[in-house]
Amino acid sequence: MSEYQMNEKHAGMALDRGVQGVLGQPISRIDGLAKVTGTATYGLEHRIDNLAYGVAITAPIGKGRVTAIDTEAARRMPGVIDIIAGEASIPRETPVFGQKSAHGYDGKVESYGEIVGVAIADCFEAARAAAMAVVVTCVAEPGRFDIRDGEADAESPPEGALLPDTVIGDIDKAMGEAEVTLDVTYTTPPQVHAAMEPHGTIASWEGDRLTIRAPVQIVGGAIPVIAATLGIVAENIRVLTPYIGGGFGGKTMSADIILAAVAAKRTGRTVKVPLSRQQIFHVTYGRSDTIQRVRLGADRAGKLSAVGQDSLVGQKAGASQFFEPVALGAVALYAGANRSFTTRTAQVNLTARGPVRAPGEAVGMIGMECAMDEMAAKLGLDPIAFRKANEPEVDPSTGSPFSSRRLIECYDEGARRFGWADRRKRREGDWLIGHGMATASRVNFLAKSAARVRLGADGRALIETDMTDLGTGTYTILAQVAGESLGLPIGSVDVHLGDSDFPTGAGSGGSFGAASSASSVALACEDVVVELARRMGADPADMTLKDGHAISGNRRVSLAELVGGSPIEGMGTIQPGSTGQAFSQSTHGAHFAEIGVNAVTGEIRVRRMLAVFDCGRVLNHKTARSQAIGGMIWGIGYALHEHAVVDTRTGAYVNRDLAEYHVPTNADVPQIEAYFVEEIDRHANPVGAKGLGEAGISGAAAVVANAIHDACGVRVRDFPITADKLLEGLPPV
Amino acid sequence: MRTFDYARADTPEAAVAGFAQTGTRFIAGGTNLLDLMKLQIETPTRLVDISRLPLADIEEREDGGLTIGALVPNSDLAADKRVIAKYEMLSRALLAGASGQLRNKATTGGNLLQRTRCNYFYDTAAPCNKRAPGTGCAAIGGFNRIMAVLGTSDHCIASHPSDMAVAMRALDATLVTLRAEGGQRRIPIAEFHLPPGDTPHIETVLQPGELITHIELPPPPAGRQIYRKVRDRASYAFALVSVAGAVSVEDGRIASATLAFGGLGVMPWRDPAVERALIGQAPGSPAFEAAADALLAPAKGHGSNDFKIPLARRTLISCLRHLTGTSL
Repeated sequence: MSEYQMNEKHAGMALDRGVQGVLGQPISRIDGLAKVTGTATYGLEHRIDNLAYGVAITAPIGKGRVTAIDTEAARRMPGVIDIIAGEASIPRETPVFGQKSAHGYDGKVESYGEIVGVAIADCFEAARAAAMAVVVTCVAEPGRFDIRDGEADAESPPEGALLPDTVIGDIDKAMGEAEVTLDVTYTTPPQVHAAMEPHGTIASWEGDRLTIRAPVQIVGGAIPVIAATLGIVAENIRVLTPYIGGGFGGKTMSADIILAAVAAKRTGRTVKVPLSRQQIFHVTYGRSDTIQRVRLGADRAGKLSAVGQDSLVGQKAGASQFFEPVALGAVALYAGANRSFTTRTAQVNLTARGPVRAPGEAVGMIGMECAMDEMAAKLGLDPIAFRKANEPEVDPSTGSPFSSRRLIECYDEGARRFGWADRRKRREGDWLIGHGMATASRVNFLAKSAARVRLGADGRALIETDMTDLGTGTYTILAQVAGESLGLPIGSVDVHLGDSDFPTGAGSGGSFGAASSASSVALACEDVVVELARRMGADPADMTLKDGHAISGNRRVSLAELVGGSPIEGMGTIQPGSTGQAFSQSTHGAHFAEIGVNAVTGEIRVRRMLAVFDCGRVLNHKTARSQAIGGMIWGIGYALHEHAVVDTRTGAYVNRDLAEYHVPTNADVPQIEAYFVEEIDRHANPVGAKGLGEAGISGAAAVVANAIHDACGVRVRDFPITADKLLEGLPPV
Repeated sequence: MRTFDYARADTPEAAVAGFAQTGTRFIAGGTNLLDLMKLQIETPTRLVDISRLPLADIEEREDGGLTIGALVPNSDLAADKRVIAKYEMLSRALLAGASGQLRNKATTGGNLLQRTRCNYFYDTAAPCNKRAPGTGCAAIGGFNRIMAVLGTSDHCIASHPSDMAVAMRALDATLVTLRAEGGQRRIPIAEFHLPPGDTPHIETVLQPGELITHIELPPPPAGRQIYRKVRDRASYAFALVSVAGAVSVEDGRIASATLAFGGLGVMPWRDPAVERALIGQAPGSPAFEAAADALLAPAKGHGSNDFKIPLARRTLISCLRHLTGTSL
């Protein structure tokens, strides 16, 4: 049993002595074949006999009361088994991150489309028709459908918040005294996760035991919420989530899990409750819109004396203390003695606001990195030179040293590869071509994670943890970590994930999944290696493991032989410790982009993007690259497309499908390159990897915006940047 | 469950005969109707499947035009060598629409009947005179970025979403139908779509049971052709503004012009005043500005779609430059 708490720099392990040569290799996903051939079974795809179907019944108002729910006609429809409506067991919406349980139905409606019941039938079509036939009568009341409505009584971060307000020195005074200042406001709109796989659950009971098949990013986090909401003990809940079709923060919990469990209990059937795409917009949480005031003050040489990012965000009244941590990426990014990074949260009647890919940085780095570009222009400095001039020695907000920070190398390597020095603003036919750069910074987390590794008599290793793979590559990197530690080819490692009967892993979220779960597997392998060495009669440090054999001195023994009749099992647990506070930990990077703006229509097309990241150790260069470019593509979406439009008359999202809620299509995605500056960060975690899943997003929207400005001279501060916002600034036709 | 009867027609005559009862809809590719049925925006009680009728051929006509079967898939029509050679704007319009998968299923006849993408039309909890006559229009005073600026009424401002139909409008297509009571009818596309007025739920002149069997294209117009679609992303987005057109220049004067517009109107939009402003004029800014003035004089924005008016002006002028080979 290897447990390690990160209270000090990790000294290295069997993983580091490994000679198998699989760690870091660009190995294709070991689950890829199953996925592309359709044999990987996702949550809603399980074929179960005698299944019943549930469809949520929702209230079509943004705030008010439900006065009547008429289920008569619906109950008489063919195939209908039962309709549960207007009962406290019905979850009104998805409990958002930080919320202990779902709010049960109580007749009140606090955001558009809250759930009031579930229609259960023998087939999906019957359940859907029945749900739509239920007449929900409501009295609407005036609601707060815009965060500005809640500005007057907006609240400061609660005690213990992920991003407490940071106020150092006197920014107002510093702004007054600075030779060059910038004081601008950037706004970003509400956004949703838009995962390809919709939310949905299959729930079944055997006595008191509940089995949930659903996409769940963090199994260990969801189970207590399910238990508290249903009033059952956590030990009686099993969650199975081997494959997830995209999470992006939106699948930490979902109302359909509760609905399916309630419906299954009531009917005695196994019940499948899928959410429609339209329902997902309203009954799962999304990202708040933000209003960011960014202040920068510097001397004429470009040395910053004032840095501030003060934001207003929204949260549904009574939902959770979670708030969009806008300044998370900027707070430790640039030097400057006078600092203000604050967040006010307005209480609104909009769908709960929770984690959406790169909470904080995805939108916060828009404000900071566009403002830095504006400021560089005001100073007449190259944007890279301006950033380098303000590169801090230690975390400028806390004074802590950085665990690792190779941002300057990212700038230099990126500039070289992109050809930054030779960039040429120009017009090609109708297209205005411009270039931009922006910094990426994403805070690095470690989460408690446990895994079991068993070396069997056949010489194969089996990894078990309830860690998940959202499509990120977890299966593959864990196999690589075990393969490298135990001297096994990748094909000799089996990985079983997403079953709550396995040791509790970190889950996927906050970019902590890879480093946390890989550390737990590496630690578990330590146990196995120690036992193998004992059986070899060797010191672990003197034993080499390769190609399924242990080698010590002149002896080479197969692992199968060493295992014999007694399989070797290791348990590894990593826990965050004091290095999390003692060191400022982030993944860093530098983005570069070339953009075309159509001089006639204002259409924007990204022509190429390139980024270099300092993300610690790279566990798999192929999946890491996929993570990085995936993040950069989301950045294109945040710059140009994503906007969940709220109708401020009703509080409803207007564009609630993927035809009208735009994310980038293949045709919007240009040539993208991603490179890594590698360093094993031993302060961060035992394997020395830093988070990468969200780092690619950080700054990626800003680089697009900065290049648009370079191309056409129009600075848009209200995102997304669409053609209509550029028209007035374009040359006459 | 909302049940419906399903009948498969073997001949056009049988399809039309099968339409006897109310609540019947023809279904071909189903790319629009099935989505609308899932959301209960359309609730037919009977579907007559016409997808197996022998109406999927493209034939050359003696006058140099084409006769296109109503069931020719959008993908096939776009890839037809004769269409590419002679009706470039149509091929380009088709390829600018939807996605590859949708174009493989969507049919030529069905595309002409495509229903609006108005966000409120899709929201059964919102008032909508097109979906539920007499309930009002939530788009007026709401989020109307994708709505129309031409041909709207106080009852409806929904835009027509089709790209193909815009090219068909510029090409002066004629629809050939089989009437419910028997016999063919020929409907010029100019007379096919109806403005919303106070009956936005009535979108075309088709009578119940009347089946589009063919679309006839006259010989191609003279001059260079274009289909220019301006949209929020590079694929799978409806037009903010689109222009289908052909212009010919002889002896330094515009000899002929045909121009139709998408994204702007409540139906595929064509205004003879635009072409009148061009014909006989020397290609250049004065004529192009006059054409844009003619197009947009009646335009009315509704807030979030105001930008379509200047965008349409710029796009049209740019297209006219391209079509006439006039540089800046």
